[in-house]
Amino acid sequence: MTITEKILASHCNKKEVHPGELINAKVDVILANDITAPIAIKEFEKIGAKDVFDKDRIALIPDHFAPQKDIKAAEQCKMLRDFSHKHGLSLYFEVGRMGIEHALLPEQGIVLPGDVVIGADSHTCTYGALGAFATGVGSTDVAAAMATGECWFKVPESIKFIYYGSLNKWVSGKDLILHTIGDIGVDGALYMAMEFTGEVIDKLSMDSRLTMCNMAIEAGGKSGIIVPDKITEEYVKVRAKRQYHFYNSDNDTNYARIIEYDCSKIQPTVACPSLPSNTKPVNELSHITIDQVVIGSCTNGRMEDLRVAASVVKGRKVNPNVRMIVFPATQLIYKQALQEGLIEIFIDAEAVVSTPTCGPCLGGHMGILARGERAIATTNRNFVGRMGHPESEVYLSNPAVAAASAILGRIGSPEELGL
Amino acid sequence: MKLQGKVWKFGDDIDTDAIIPARYLNTSNPEELARHVMEDADKEFPNKVKRGDILVAGKNFGCGSSREHAPIAIKAAGIQAVIAKSFARIFYRNAFNIGLPIFESEDASQGISEGDIVEIDADTGRIDNLTTKKTFTAKPIPPFMQELIASGGLIEWTKKKLEKV
Repeated sequence: MTITEKILASHCNKKEVHPGELINAKVDVILANDITAPIAIKEFEKIGAKDVFDKDRIALIPDHFAPQKDIKAAEQCKMLRDFSHKHGLSLYFEVGRMGIEHALLPEQGIVLPGDVVIGADSHTCTYGALGAFATGVGSTDVAAAMATGECWFKVPESIKFIYYGSLNKWVSGKDLILHTIGDIGVDGALYMAMEFTGEVIDKLSMDSRLTMCNMAIEAGGKSGIIVPDKITEEYVKVRAKRQYHFYNSDNDTNYARIIEYDCSKIQPTVACPSLPSNTKPVNELSHITIDQVVIGSCTNGRMEDLRVAASVVKGRKVNPNVRMIVFPATQLIYKQALQEGLIEIFIDAEAVVSTPTCGPCLGGHMGILARGERAIATTNRNFVGRMGHPESEVYLSNPAVAAASAILGRIGSPEELGL
Repeated sequence: MKLQGKVWKFGDDIDTDAIIPARYLNTSNPEELARHVMEDADKEFPNKVKRGDILVAGKNFGCGSSREHAPIAIKAAGIQAVIAKSFARIFYRNAFNIGLPIFESEDASQGISEGDIVEIDADTGRIDNLTTKKTFTAKPIPPFMQELIASGGLIEWTKKKLEKV
């Protein structure tokens, strides 16, 4: 069996499960945010259950339109707080403790290897980086699971991706996943688990692994997953407050497909408007001028991302035609960036540093594009109107390319700055 | 149950931001959402669409976000059903969970044009294009999803399950 099948089998008391089989599995953690939880709460109340299945396994995180951007958003955030108080939920995160959900839950040791996690947010697949089965669902799914502690799944087929060779300079997990989506398309892994393997993944940092699994959904994937190893152990052992389990994939497992990439051929990669699969190497896009740079999000708002971006802008100034906005993904990341002097580097470069929020990634607030404006962002989606006006444009890249582009005033690589 | 309506046609990879842009997600009120349905794919669509109409799209309909607001906006706009070559996974789940009828058929997706009148037999998956007299068959709905529909959606199904316990 694959790691995905083993985790799912263990959560429905079966020895084996097979792709295509419908199962009802126990969930370890349930997640919703200020956009999706309000519907989940309303639907939960229709069920008529007196209480939630477990007050310590439901995370409600107001991160999308928070800090509350307008009255309607504030009303939605308040629903999360009121529901959390009513049911005594221990995993409610008020602004000040809140971070972007998919950075916060791994950082706090709330999601762990071997877990089954569902979230009413499509990027819930991020936690596969820890060796968990994690997938996005809708609000009604969350409502039902809050009552029962269970969720129905079709056991997915798995695609095995093997990354070999070595990474070129300025290439990170973001480039590997953009390259992969560019290769297989936005529905190339529809309904499937994307298992990332190979010598490059074995050496890849946890931050880059989280970035890769985060974007599995952009290829239509049900989940992304990486078999846990020493790097996983190092990351979780200092965070976990409960037991966790490492699962692996058997050697003789049948995969739906096996796809190999020679990483020495992968350059820093940019996804052009308006699909994440519309990828090009950065050096083919040096004619594209930009108005805004966004560094952050559940995809690339972690320490590694901020360190790389700071190393590029250090001692330089953001181009006068560009606004650069940096979003540390959690309060802990913000504090560490402060201690490491990264925030000072950004401010000296004339970038602005924001409180943690999903903000502009989904066109919410804190950096919305006007008609005709263009951004390069370390986020995960570049659909029409994603960051603002339907006639604005978003290019997706890694933090090094985004930071270099901020200095250049156009899309470009750090190498153009002599780095 | 038979669903008959006039068709609005869309292409491949219609994402949830096109179905309901995030700038309107500070509410989950179905009527408010319906006023902006498909707005970023076709600005005039919310004014043009009529109760009882049917959407026909290409592959990977509903890709992107998990927002249940997407099928809610479609349903609240009075759209009876969506036919597509394929659906993105979370949209597929959400549609069944909230009771928006959806049908997967590559042939129907290709063989139906904007403005055609189609009739869908929701029980058998037979799709008749009454304008061109062509007939298509949607992929069968898995038994568990049929059970969900028969129960009246996931919430009702869950209620029954909890009553048994």
